[in-house]
Amino acid sequence: MTALLIAALFWAAATWLAVRIANSPASATLAGKLAVPALLGVTILVVWEGVVRGLEVPAVILPAPSTIGGTFAASLPILWGDFVQTFVKGALSGYVIGCGAAFATAILIDRSKFLQAGLMPVGNFLAAMPIIGTAPILVMWFGFDWQSKAAVVVLMVFFPMLVNCVQGLQESSAMQRDLMKTYSASYWQTLLKLRLPAAMPFVFNGLKISTTLALIGAIVAEFFGSPIKGMGFRISTEVGRLGLDMVWAEITVAALAGSAFYGAVALIERGVTFWHPSQRR
Amino acid sequence: MRSLLAVLTVVAAIVAIWYLAAIQMNSKWTRDQAARAGIALSFGEVVADTMAQERPVLPAPHQVVAELWKTTVQKKVTSKRSLVFHGWITLSSTVVGFLIGTVAGILLAVGIVHSRAMDMSVMPWAIASQTIPILAIAPMIIVVLNSVGIQGLLPKAFISAYLSFFPVVVGMVKGLRAPDAMQLDLMKTYSASKGEIFWKLRLPSSMPYFFASMKVAIAAALVGAIVAELPAGAIRGLGARMLTGSYYGQTIQIWSALFMAALLAACLVGLVGLLQRITLRKMGMAQ
Repeated sequence: MTALLIAALFWAAATWLAVRIANSPASATLAGKLAVPALLGVTILVVWEGVVRGLEVPAVILPAPSTIGGTFAASLPILWGDFVQTFVKGALSGYVIGCGAAFATAILIDRSKFLQAGLMPVGNFLAAMPIIGTAPILVMWFGFDWQSKAAVVVLMVFFPMLVNCVQGLQESSAMQRDLMKTYSASYWQTLLKLRLPAAMPFVFNGLKISTTLALIGAIVAEFFGSPIKGMGFRISTEVGRLGLDMVWAEITVAALAGSAFYGAVALIERGVTFWHPSQRR
Repeated sequence: MRSLLAVLTVVAAIVAIWYLAAIQMNSKWTRDQAARAGIALSFGEVVADTMAQERPVLPAPHQVVAELWKTTVQKKVTSKRSLVFHGWITLSSTVVGFLIGTVAGILLAVGIVHSRAMDMSVMPWAIASQTIPILAIAPMIIVVLNSVGIQGLLPKAFISAYLSFFPVVVGMVKGLRAPDAMQLDLMKTYSASKGEIFWKLRLPSSMPYFFASMKVAIAAALVGAIVAELPAGAIRGLGARMLTGSYYGQTIQIWSALFMAALLAACLVGLVGLLQRITLRKMGMAQ
């Protein structure tokens, strides 16, 4: 009971503190901007721990954060092996191939109005499809190892990326293109110096959406068959053995990898599209 | 008219490529069978056989269409083999999850727009929550909720809700902040209260954003519902159909379930689009 009480007290104190910081001049500083979300994160962990201890929730339903942390620290080699198998081999290679192919396709169909008019509705349609459903088929075709996971990832990221790239390439205004024409710039010069830079915000939007899709695709594809390592494999077998602390450790790895991946792409974006209004501070 | 022609050309090209791929991928099995029986097959016979295998590597389009026709129109709707039945199971949890997610998303967005503390603390975590591959742990959530005693529709709907709340939050926050300073000032000169500003200015001007994010959300909800059906316990729904298909090598069954899911997604997104057009026209906001 005391654990519950402490959690509730901590929650109230954290809320009060967050409101105080948010409404004070400190909220404009970097420290304030980091402190408020960090406070919420810590609060969630403390309340979680308090509820699990206070209500004595069995570990097969919801393990406490401290237990998960212990498992995480104790099984680092296994987690690292799974991470390499799923993220580096499956998700990352599929991400690079899929996004690269979509970018190349967008530039290829850029010169033909007819292909654009035909491909865009189909691409939009397929981008909203449950493409994850092709996972069992691709696992059947490419075998159990990382190649089939990469194939699922390629299919998942291709259409969102294609739609964004094509839209981005149409972003430069008629005035700007006319200016390039008065410079007697060739098609490729216009593409490299005007239209590709103008397309970058859209391209990066596609790249950012694709980061999470890639991780999801690689993990879910492992449910349909995989060698004896990989995050998806570990999650599905540990659920069967009721080792939920291990499952949550894998989820932590996935969340960290996903956030880092997204953050890295966002950082590159900030460097490349420094001129865009949304990047100004 | 021209764009319709272009779309049809692209679709025709995809179907043609599909047929060629089907011949290429299925011919190995045909040749193996022929070699085992000691018969030499002509090219025409090989092609004919690749079109009509029972468990092809890649079923030809007409086989999938025939299976779809067989399992939707010719089966009774209540039959366990009817795709309409399985589609209905998936659809119901999609819609329930979508509604929960949308309502939660709107409430969260209203809180974020009105409270600075919530804006600063919740928004970064809402973004971070989407980098957690919830789809990947969906089966575990189903199993755990099952052991607590929550069964049937709700666990699946929960996954759908988690996936669909995020686009709604982002879209609604943008939409509720869409009115510019001039309009807000005008409301202030009318001495409008916070509630009146919300109902008469912020909410109406957020509608275009709301519908745009609803389109994304309902597609995400469907994907959530399908993946939530993957754990071995589920025997009904499109996701379960795909899983059993992959266990028993029934490729035609997987493909027909996939097409049914695609059809369902297209209908749902189209329905939201229709709703958007009607609402925005009634409100005088249609372009």
